[in-house]
Amino acid sequence: MMAGSRSTGLRQARVRTAWLFLAPSLLVLTGVALWPLGRTFLFSFTDALLTEPDFYSYVGFDNYYALFEDPLWWQSVRNTLYFTVISVSIETVLGLTIALLLNSHIAGRGMMRAIILIPWSIPVVVSARMWQWMLHDQFGIVNHVLKLAGVIESGVAWTANSALVMPVIIAVDVWITTPFMVLLILAGLSMLPRGIYEAASIDGVPAWKQFTSLTLPLLAPSIAVAVLFRLLDALRMFDLSYVLSSNSDDTKTVSIYAREVLVNFQDMGVGSAASTAVFLMIALVTAIYVTVFRLNRRLMGV
Amino acid sequence: MVRSNTGKRLHRIAIYSLFGIVALYTLFPFYWMIASSMKSGQAIFDVTFLPDLKFNNYAAILSDGVFLRSLLNSLIVAFSVVALSLMLAVGAAYALGRIDFRGRSPIMLLVLAVSMFPQIALLSGLFEMIRWLGLYNTIGSLIFAYMIFTLPFNIWVLTTFMRDLPKQIEEAAIMDGCSPLRIVRCIFLPMMGPALISTGLLAFIASWNEFMFALTFILTDENRTVPVAIALISGSSRYEFPYGAIMAASTIVTVPLIILALIFQKHIVSGLTAGAVKG
Repeated sequence: MMAGSRSTGLRQARVRTAWLFLAPSLLVLTGVALWPLGRTFLFSFTDALLTEPDFYSYVGFDNYYALFEDPLWWQSVRNTLYFTVISVSIETVLGLTIALLLNSHIAGRGMMRAIILIPWSIPVVVSARMWQWMLHDQFGIVNHVLKLAGVIESGVAWTANSALVMPVIIAVDVWITTPFMVLLILAGLSMLPRGIYEAASIDGVPAWKQFTSLTLPLLAPSIAVAVLFRLLDALRMFDLSYVLSSNSDDTKTVSIYAREVLVNFQDMGVGSAASTAVFLMIALVTAIYVTVFRLNRRLMGV
Repeated sequence: MVRSNTGKRLHRIAIYSLFGIVALYTLFPFYWMIASSMKSGQAIFDVTFLPDLKFNNYAAILSDGVFLRSLLNSLIVAFSVVALSLMLAVGAAYALGRIDFRGRSPIMLLVLAVSMFPQIALLSGLFEMIRWLGLYNTIGSLIFAYMIFTLPFNIWVLTTFMRDLPKQIEEAAIMDGCSPLRIVRCIFLPMMGPALISTGLLAFIASWNEFMFALTFILTDENRTVPVAIALISGSSRYEFPYGAIMAASTIVTVPLIILALIFQKHIVSGLTAGAVKG
């Protein structure tokens, strides 16, 4: 009896402790994420200006009509989707290849793991500047080497040519983020059971068959999670395009579009409508992806 | 027998050539950045593969008060974000990982959802909040805003870490009537070293590299952080673009990160995979 009530009291105290320890984090998350998200949603139905966000009136869906009638918005959507699909596909294939390469038991692979971490860890702005310089039309090393090799006659303006700038951005993104893919897939590879490979070898299953019928299916969940993280990242891409080709409509992403309307044009209403549309777009893609690949259990760690 | 040996050797040669290609592809841009930063004046426009080992660009960029100031700002922001997000996350992770209470699953779901928010979706609301807090055009605005990507991630990783520790380790302390704060400090913190290093490093790298918020919430040069400072360096014309200075500045902000990445490689990788694969 005594012990029972004491343990219930203890339980209640523990639950109180839990909420007490959570409170600061919940407060910060509300202040920095939930509340701003709600306010952005609300502002998307107003004519607020960034300079005077306190004075506004409600305008219904006007901002959304304005947004959806702007061809530049749709071009940003297309750019973003194109960039995402192509770059994430290349990064997945390349990441898988390099991960399999690094997974072989051979001296020097620890060193390689360290090396490939580098492009991922440095600021995107620095990577963008670095490649901008390497791709410079007159003095860039890329044009120099291509000229030496006789591939081109005169320097190519990589970031100023509207047909080339998107492929260039995708190539630089591949350079920056393939390491992330490699590391996540390597972690997945290290969790594969060794025993089945021994069994397969004894049974004389050829190596490529081991890859397609053992490695790939077992690795699929790890790859799916890694691809989800890259998708979320690619859909909100901002800095690379902004620094490498700031004023080009050919590489304008939805994030750049929304920030431009909000900050440069001071139009909080349409800017917030664009932000909300980006949020819904990403939420939709995530929901479809998680359902298709049945990732919800894996993500929640149940 | 002989054939299989030759085959093995060929296999090894193939793998090492692929290693070489990957290493070259990964490292050459860095080499070129550093080599370019050490060429002075017009020399940068001649394509020579060896650097001149001249440090004029470094002298110029380091005597530039604005750049030094942005370096200091970046350091303050990154260290504050690490300290604050770890402090908050350890408390939250103790509650979520060690205590069974109703509301735990919805909160984990909320944390996961917030970590997936695109930053642009919060920009106008966050702008209003930062103005209201009086943080506009101060580095405080960035320390606050960076909680959005560091805090959910840290809570998530530290919660999975704490949840996997054996149940017994705190039972005795609870029975002895130790306060929860004491339990966290004396029992959990010493065991959490590796997890704290992983999450702290990732928070540091993310804050050091962030660009969009830093571009938006800071108005004047003396409050900027390095990514924005480097993005805004420009010459008076396209032909006077100060690439030497840009490469020197880039090298200065990159080298510490590369050293961190090489020393703590294992911690960074385990942090990344704990967040993504283990879930």
